[in-house]
Amino acid sequence: MNYHANEKGYYGEFGGAFIPEMLYPNVEELRQKYLDIMYEASFQEEFHQLLKDYVGRPSPLYYAKRLSEKHNTKVYLKREDLNHTGAHKVNNTIGQILMAQKLGKTRIIAETGAGQHGVATATVCALMGLECIVYMGEIDIARQAPNVARMKMLGAEVRPALSGSRTLKDATNEAIRDWINNPVDTHYIIGSAIGPHPYPDMVTRFQSVISEEIKWQLKEKEGRENPDYVVACIGGGSNAAGTYHHFLDEPEVGIIAVEAAGKGVDTGESAATSALGKVGIIHGCKTMLMQTTDGQITEPYSISAGLDYPGVGPMHSHLFTSGRAEFYSATDDEAMTAGLELTQLEGIIPAIETGHAFAIFQHKTFKPEDVVVISLSGRGDKDLQNYIDYFKL
Amino acid sequence: MTTEKMNRITQKLQEDKKLLSIYFTAGYPKLDDTVTIIQELENHGVDMIEIGLPFSDPLADGPTIQESSTAALKNGMTTELLFGQLQDIRKTVNIPLIVMGYFNPMLQYGVEAFCKKCHEIGIDGIIMPDLPLDVYQADYEAIFKKYGLINIFLITPQTSEERIREIDAASNGFIYMVSSASVTGSKSGFGNEQENYFERIASLKLKNPQIVGFGIKDSETFQQATKKAKGAIIGSAFIKHLTSEGIAGISNFIKSIR
Repeated sequence: MNYHANEKGYYGEFGGAFIPEMLYPNVEELRQKYLDIMYEASFQEEFHQLLKDYVGRPSPLYYAKRLSEKHNTKVYLKREDLNHTGAHKVNNTIGQILMAQKLGKTRIIAETGAGQHGVATATVCALMGLECIVYMGEIDIARQAPNVARMKMLGAEVRPALSGSRTLKDATNEAIRDWINNPVDTHYIIGSAIGPHPYPDMVTRFQSVISEEIKWQLKEKEGRENPDYVVACIGGGSNAAGTYHHFLDEPEVGIIAVEAAGKGVDTGESAATSALGKVGIIHGCKTMLMQTTDGQITEPYSISAGLDYPGVGPMHSHLFTSGRAEFYSATDDEAMTAGLELTQLEGIIPAIETGHAFAIFQHKTFKPEDVVVISLSGRGDKDLQNYIDYFKL
Repeated sequence: MTTEKMNRITQKLQEDKKLLSIYFTAGYPKLDDTVTIIQELENHGVDMIEIGLPFSDPLADGPTIQESSTAALKNGMTTELLFGQLQDIRKTVNIPLIVMGYFNPMLQYGVEAFCKKCHEIGIDGIIMPDLPLDVYQADYEAIFKKYGLINIFLITPQTSEERIREIDAASNGFIYMVSSASVTGSKSGFGNEQENYFERIASLKLKNPQIVGFGIKDSETFQQATKKAKGAIIGSAFIKHLTSEGIAGISNFIKSIR
């Protein structure tokens, strides 16, 4: 089976470009050019140079000894938290800012949930001297104050999304409306593996540096390129897409996705799309989506702003329905507990989003000889207030 | 299944006048206002109506239609309920009726079931801005045609001539000409840029007439928009008026346009 986007941007039945005509010229231009631009030698050179010297790649693949002992298996952590700006998001924004420059765009817009993508976008805009506007749900602005301050300091304008649930979904709506209103000079840097084709594929390709590095790093440490499992948390699914990419066609590698169950899958306050969603259209692609029987998009809930999204990227919908990936969901409590455990066993405070990936140990038992690579997608500095409130620190 | 008699949209387009079309959100201001609003609009000389099926995430709409959609959904509007309200509409209303909305609710209802229901009610056309031309042609055109529904496509000032020609060839009613690069309800008045765009499209001599939408709010913008085009659609401005003046104010609003 093919797990990658075909030329029309479909992963099985998912993907495509369900966009109003107002967006067609921009999306079509990107579709026609993205692969040619991306694989020009000069682009690749600049992209990898920046990833090395500016982002600090390769990010380490760290053998987590105490966590391994605790769960009686071999756990490696892919340290995306050590990237400049503190998460995997910057891999994509570096790629897309170079893409925007090649396309001659001078104004950058982005949506953000936890603020990590907003910060990563504001950062590359500062780096390149481009105007930057970040849409962020009003609720998220309140719960991710440090990231809002960082974006402002980096020179970005943070515009609150005031409609709907005032979270990531609504910030994405506002960014799309901005793009409709500014079709000529603006590039929209989508931060997740969502949106109309070619976005899911483009974002995945930029993020695939993660799985590319895991392969050679694991070869050095374990004498083999393929782990038994790769594990990542999923909201829209960009860190997951990047973590899985080079393993999708390696059947011996188990692919594990952990979604946000919020207060519990059946509580009505959840973001566990694979359990609660069905096929629909959101933000320009056909994918698994939480919605009413009438096709109205449901407002999701998760303690982590970055996973608080009612859909998953089309690639992940395909991995789910085809059975290629195992999907789990972790509640707020499970994710917070897992985050604290990682902190106390390894001295690493993860983002709450990332805590969900580590909650896999509460749902699945691995064999002692299994090699399990977990994407440590972001650091927890931005979540300190949430940790303080939750654990009464 | 295709009706022997001509689709009401096609008929209306042959009339020797500039057409005034009105968009409203079904279920707003009150859940049961749908039929009354349609009847009032026809009684006051409106030529065609776009009945908006509300959606939770209307990407191409500005704040006015977002808010009316949210309110309509809060009032309890659903696809099934709207079809129920429209069940007997053809007993009292003769002008063309178009359902306008986003594709996901239609997809969840079932595209064929949706089209069949529209046909039974006497709906003449569909506008789904986020159902793109290629997907429509590959998967749904045959269904729309089977039920005699005209699918209306949008063009914008950024649409290339090649694409416009493609859309013209795929259309069999009118082309919805978006006046400027914007979401609904966000421009105030038309400038030279729009005039040039209207001129340019007119000079293409398309087989389908064009009806201009987005940014039409009063008599002046209606006149400007229809100087070259066959008609114009008013949405946000009408909804604003409906919000402040209620259904009783429809007469005054329409009179103020022409």
